[in-house]
Amino acid sequence: MFKQRSGSGVFLGKIRRRVFIFSILLIGCLMLISMRLWHLQVLQHEILAGKSENNRIRQLRTDGLRGRILDRNGIPLVDSRPSFQLSLIPEDVEDMEWTLDFLEKEISIDKQAIKEAIKSTRSFNKVTLKRDINREEVAFIEERRIDLPGVFLEVKAARNYENGDMAAHILGYLGAISQKQYEKSSPEIYSRDDFIGQYGVEKVFEKTLRGGKGFKRIEVDAAGRELRNLATKHPESGTDIHLTLDYETQKAAEEAFGDKMGAAIAIDPDTGEVLAFVSKPSFNPNDFAFGIKSDVWKKLLADEFHPLQERPTQGQYPPGSTFKIIMAAAALEEGIITPETKFYCPGHYRLGRRSYRCWKKGGHGYVDVHTALVRSCDVFFYNVGIKLGINKIAEYSRKFGLGVRTGVELANEKPGLTPTKEWKLRAKKEPWIKGETVSCSIGQGFVLATPIQLARMVAMVANGGWLVTPTIIKKDNIKKETGGVKTSLKDETLDIIRLALRGVVAEQHGTAWRLRKGKYTYAGKTGTAQVVKMKQNEKWEHEKMQIKHRDHAWFVSYAPYDNPKIAVAVIAEHAGHGGSMAAPIAQRIMDTYLSKLEKAGLIEAPTKDEGQKTE
Amino acid sequence: MTGEYLERYKWRKFDSTLLFIVLLLSAIGVIAIYSSNLQSDSMFMKSLYLRQIYWISLSLVAMGVVMFIDYHTIERMAYPLYTVGIISLILVDITGHTGGGSQRWLAMGGFNFQPSEIMKITLIILIARIVDDMEKDEEMGVLDLLKPAFFAAVPFLMVARQPDLGTALIFIILFASIVLFAGIRKRIIVKTAALMAILAPLFWLFLKPYQKKRILTLLDPESDPMGQGYQIIQSKIAIGSGGLWGKGLFEGTQSKLNFLPAKHTDFIFSVVAEEVGFVGSIILIALFFFFIMRVMETAIHSRDKFGALITVGVGSMITFNLLYNIGMTLGLLPIVGLTAPFISYGGSSLLTNFIGIGLVLNVSYRRFASE
Repeated sequence: MFKQRSGSGVFLGKIRRRVFIFSILLIGCLMLISMRLWHLQVLQHEILAGKSENNRIRQLRTDGLRGRILDRNGIPLVDSRPSFQLSLIPEDVEDMEWTLDFLEKEISIDKQAIKEAIKSTRSFNKVTLKRDINREEVAFIEERRIDLPGVFLEVKAARNYENGDMAAHILGYLGAISQKQYEKSSPEIYSRDDFIGQYGVEKVFEKTLRGGKGFKRIEVDAAGRELRNLATKHPESGTDIHLTLDYETQKAAEEAFGDKMGAAIAIDPDTGEVLAFVSKPSFNPNDFAFGIKSDVWKKLLADEFHPLQERPTQGQYPPGSTFKIIMAAAALEEGIITPETKFYCPGHYRLGRRSYRCWKKGGHGYVDVHTALVRSCDVFFYNVGIKLGINKIAEYSRKFGLGVRTGVELANEKPGLTPTKEWKLRAKKEPWIKGETVSCSIGQGFVLATPIQLARMVAMVANGGWLVTPTIIKKDNIKKETGGVKTSLKDETLDIIRLALRGVVAEQHGTAWRLRKGKYTYAGKTGTAQVVKMKQNEKWEHEKMQIKHRDHAWFVSYAPYDNPKIAVAVIAEHAGHGGSMAAPIAQRIMDTYLSKLEKAGLIEAPTKDEGQKTE
Repeated sequence: MTGEYLERYKWRKFDSTLLFIVLLLSAIGVIAIYSSNLQSDSMFMKSLYLRQIYWISLSLVAMGVVMFIDYHTIERMAYPLYTVGIISLILVDITGHTGGGSQRWLAMGGFNFQPSEIMKITLIILIARIVDDMEKDEEMGVLDLLKPAFFAAVPFLMVARQPDLGTALIFIILFASIVLFAGIRKRIIVKTAALMAILAPLFWLFLKPYQKKRILTLLDPESDPMGQGYQIIQSKIAIGSGGLWGKGLFEGTQSKLNFLPAKHTDFIFSVVAEEVGFVGSIILIALFFFFIMRVMETAIHSRDKFGALITVGVGSMITFNLLYNIGMTLGLLPIVGLTAPFISYGGSSLLTNFIGIGLVLNVSYRRFASE
C-alpha cells in the first residue's frame, strides 16, 4: 500500500473510520430500499400489475340494437331511432365557465347538474350534457365547433314510440336500471348506465328485445387516447316482438275513447289473441326514452285517475249486469230454471226485512231468462241467485274465468274476486249473509272482475264454451282447441245465452238497442258497476253526482253473431249507463276490425236484413 | 525511458473503474430515457435520449477539464467559484424562467441551465477549503462551524425561495456531511439531533401549503388520486407491475403510455424497475453501491485533507440524491425535484455529477503526485 505524506496524517487516519460508519448507514438505507422493492415487486406484484393493466386497457361496451315491437301485421309500434347526445371531456375544455354558460343559454343544459357530474367523473371520461338534442341544436353545435373545444356530439339509439301514448300500457317503457336489477344481473348483460324495460312488453320481453352486448378492448394512454384495438366483439341485435295487436283496431279503440277514462280489450274469441288493449288515461312512453324527468313522473304518480295503471288487467271492477251471463248459465246448468221458467218482477225484491230494487222502478212483470238478460232484469237474477247460493255462483264464475288470472303475458295481472262463504269467513272473519248473495247476483257487492276476464268470458260464450288464454304475442296456428279449455257447459245453455245476448242489441227493449242499426250483427251485455253504494230509496241522479262517484259503464260483446271473430269488453269509468256510453266504443272497435277482415275476404259482408232483425 | 515509464505509471493510477461505472450508469439512463419516450408522438420527446448523449459528451469534456487542473489550484479558487455560483443564482431570480411552478432555470446558449445544480460543486469546494484552512487535527467546535454554515445557508435560502426545496436541502446535506467527515465534537451531534427533534414541528409551520400537501399525500396517496397522489400511485404501479423479472426492455406500459409523470427525469428509476423488475433493480442498486464505495475509498486514500473532503462531499451529494430519488419513487419520501444521478434526464445534473466525478478522479490521480 501507500503511505500518507501530508501533514494531515491524523485526520486521514480518522476518515477511514468515518467512511466505515457511512458505509454502514448506506447499506442500511439500501436494505430498506430493497425491502420496499421486494414488497412492491414481489408481494404486491399481482395487485399492482392488475392496476397497470387497468390503466392501459379500456373496455368499451357496445350495445346491440334493441328489437322492435310490431303489430300483428308487422307495422312497427316501437322502434329505435338515432338520436344525438351532447357530451364533453372536461380536460379538453379550455374555459369551462364560459362553455357551460354559453350552452346553458343556447341549448338550455342543466349547468348545476353538469358541474356536479364533472366533479364526480374520472379524468378523461366524458360527461353527458344533454341527451336527444334536436336538429337545430345539432346544426348549431356543428357551426360553433371551433369555439367549443372538448364538446362533441355522439349518436345513440333512442327508443321511439311511433304513436305516442297509443297502447302505452301494453308497450311499456324503458327506465334506468335500478341498483337491485343491476346487482341481480351480470356485468356482461347490463352496465350501470343501461336502460331496461320497466313496464309492459318492454319489461316482460326484456330478454328477447335486448340484444347481446359487444365490446371493444382498446389500449389507451394516460390522456385516454385510443392507441390500438386489442379485441372486438360485435353486439347482437335484439329480436323483434310480434304482438297480436291490430294497429287499426287499436287506433280506433283509442280514438273511440277520446278523453273518457276506462279500459277496452278486444280478443279473438277462438285464439285469445289480444287485438286491442286500451287503458285511459294514458301516458307517453317517449317521455321515458332518456329517463323520465322527475316532475313528469311525480305528476303521473299523483294523478288521482292513475294513468300508470294497466286497467284491462289490473283494474278490478264490479262486473255489474254483465255477470248475469254467468248467473243465467249457472241457473240453467243447475236445473234451477228452464228456458220457460218465469219470475215476476214488481220492481223490487224482498228478502227478510230488506228490499232490493230492480233498476226499472216499475218492474218488468213476468220475465223468462231470455227477457231477463235482454232487459237486464235484476229481480229475475235475485231469485235465481238465492236459489243457487253464493258457492254455486262462485263455481260458475270460475268456469267463466273469473277470480283467476287469465295468464296473459303481462306483469302484475290482478285476479279479481269471486266470493264464497269460506272466503268471507277467512277474509272478513264474518259469516256470509244471504243479502250479499242478492247483491252478487247482479255483479255488485264483493264480486270483482278485470276487463280482460270479462272479454274472455264473453269470448267463451261466442266460441262455444272454450275458455281461451289471452295472449299478446303472435304465434302461428293457435286455435281454441289447442290454447283453450273446454268447459262442461251444455250447448243448449250457451245457445240460450247467445240468443239473449243477440236480443240485447236486436230487440226493442234490449239495453243496447242503439247498436241494432250497426253494420254487423253484434251480441252483448251491458252493465253498470256501482262506485258508491246507494241507499235503498235514493234517487239515481246521475248528472248531479261528482264525476268520481259516478258509476262505470260496461259493455261486453262479440260479433258477427253467427261467426264470432272478435270479443270485446269495454268499461267507461264514471260514464253512467253501459248501453249508452260503453256500447258505442265497443261497436267502433268491432266495426274497424271486422271491416278489415271483410276487405281481406275472411268474413262475408253482412246481409242487410240481419241487422234489422227485431224480436 | 524513465519519463515515459513515469507517465505510464501515472496513467495506471487513473481510476478507470470509476469512470467505467459512471459510463455504465449513464448508458442505462440513456436506454431508459429512450424506452420511456418510445411511443411518444412528439419528435422532441423521442429524441430526448440523443440530447442526453450530447449532454453526457459535454459533461465528459467538463469532467476531463476539471480532472487535469490540480485540485490544489481549485482549492485556491474556492471563493471566486462560490461567488460566480451565487451570482448565477441571483440571475435566476431576476431573469430566470419558470418551470413547474418554480423559478430555477437560466437560459444559456439555447439550453436551459439550472445554476442551483452547479452551486453544489462550488459549495463542496468552499466548505472543504474552509475546514482545511482551520488546520485542526481535533474535532471542530460550534464556533468552527459558524463560517461554513453561513456559506451553506446563503445558497440554501436562495434556492429554497425559488422554491426548490429538494436542491436547497442538498446544501444542508453537503455542509453536514463534510463537517461530519472532517470531525466535530460528539456533543454537537447529540445536541443538534435533540434540537432538530424539537424544531421539527416548527419547521412544519414554515412549509408552503403545497409542500405540506406533498407530505400528507405521501402518507395517504389515495386521498388525492388525481392530484399529488397520482404520481406516487402511478410510480408504485409502474414498479410493482414490473414484478420479479420485469416487463422486459422497452415493454413498460406505465411509462410509454404516459401514466407515469416526469418519467424521464424524476421517475426514471420507476421506468427501469418496471422493465427490468426486482432483479434488475437490485443489480442497479448494487452498481450504485459499488460506485459510491469506490468514491469513498478515494477519500481514504487521498493525499491530503482537502482532497478527502471534496471527495466525501461529492460522494455524499450523489448518495443523497440517489437515496432520496429512489425513496421518492417507492413512495417512501415526499416528492421533490431530486434526480437520480447519471440516469435521470437533464443536462444540469449530469454536468454537476460529472464535474464532481472529475474532482474525485483528480484527487485519486494525484494521490502520489509528490513522489
